Amino acid sequence: MNSALLGNIARFILLLAAQVLIFNRIDLFGFINPFPYVLFIILFPVNGNKTGLLMASFFIGILMDMFCNSGGVHAAACIMLAYFRPAIFKFSFGLSYEYQTVKLNDVLTPERFSFILIAVVLHHIVLFVLEVFKLSFLWDILLRTLLSTVFTLITCIIIIYIIKPSKR
Amino acid sequence: MQQIFNFILKNSNRLLFLLLLVISFSLTIQSHSYHKSKVISSANFFTGGIYEKVNNIDEYFNLKSQNDQLAQENARLKSLLFNQKDTTKLPQIDSIKGIKKIDIIVSKVIRNSYSVHENYLTINNGSVSGIKPNMGVINSSGIIGIVDNTSKNYSTIISILNVKSQINAKIKKSNHFGSLVWNGKSTGFVQLIDVPRLAGVRKGDTIVTGEQSVIFPPNIGIGTIENVYIDDKTNYYTLNIKLFNDMTNLGHVYIIKNKDAAEITNLENQNKKDE
Repeated sequence: MNSALLGNIARFILLLAAQVLIFNRIDLFGFINPFPYVLFIILFPVNGNKTGLLMASFFIGILMDMFCNSGGVHAAACIMLAYFRPAIFKFSFGLSYEYQTVKLNDVLTPERFSFILIAVVLHHIVLFVLEVFKLSFLWDILLRTLLSTVFTLITCIIIIYIIKPSKR
Repeated sequence: MQQIFNFILKNSNRLLFLLLLVISFSLTIQSHSYHKSKVISSANFFTGGIYEKVNNIDEYFNLKSQNDQLAQENARLKSLLFNQKDTTKLPQIDSIKGIKKIDIIVSKVIRNSYSVHENYLTINNGSVSGIKPNMGVINSSGIIGIVDNTSKNYSTIISILNVKSQINAKIKKSNHFGSLVWNGKSTGFVQLIDVPRLAGVRKGDTIVTGEQSVIFPPNIGIGTIENVYIDDKTNYYTLNIKLFNDMTNLGHVYIIKNKDAAEITNLENQNKKDE
């Protein structure tokens, strides 16, 4: 229990730091940035405390907003993802996901990939729609969402492979 | 009563979700409306401090271009100085008024953003150095933006690359003016809208800040005209302007403190009240 809590706190700080110090400055082609900090919400233990997850997602989002000067868009996207996470789990792993011990940071299977994909897409759509807030930029939103999603997905999978615990 | 408690206990997660959602939506909407100081901004000691630490390292990679810029500015100022009729006579302060109208505060950009539609910069000076919201920010090659929020030691700036920003600007040679906005597409170009059709515009003409603004002193460079369009709805010119500044590489900046700004805005507000 305690080690899980410590692991979560460490993940929170490390992912936020990596996001702000490294990934926010990539600016590929001038406007594409990956957001691998959503891994914090994705990798949160499956049977973990839901209220705790909501609060933690809100805080990681609001800290991101502070760093990006973006009002509350990251916070909104994060709690949206945190709230709908069980539904995505059900969709990807089948109804009885809570009883199997789902381990996300392991070899990539279609179930795991679909889970990460849906989670990242949900987060990014909320994020970019709120960030721009104007329908005149519709194509721009779609393009940004699509490209950023691909980029975030790749970064997330690479990070999962890097931090995968080596002992079985 | 019992039922209410039961309801709250049963749906605690959903209620918490809705509460947090309302908070973040209200923060978002508030940040989208212009001229409202924000609750969540990077002008606080925590984020500002971190950005300053990172910038200390980052700076070294831009030393060369910053040096070039400063050397060029020095050369320009030197040429101004040497071309004065009498070099021993320094530019005089208006002796009747006794004070200068404009003060300049130097500062450094510690966080630059140009990849989203609403871009903000963070600089490492704040209210302690006399910076207040709504002051203009320039550097040696042109305008950069307007101060938005200040804390004790840091401030955020609405960049001209922000779809919310709107600055008065004019064509240097003909004095016709319009509003400077950004369409969110390219970091090298901004748009001057509502220029009357009477104005003779040509590709390559220089655009400078206008006299109407209390934020910027007049005749600070912005850029040159790249394309000219006619807006279908309003029948005014829309000019595409290539910026003098490279907004993706900013170092030292100057904050302009117009000492008459408060007096002018007070006067204008009084006029509005009287109407």
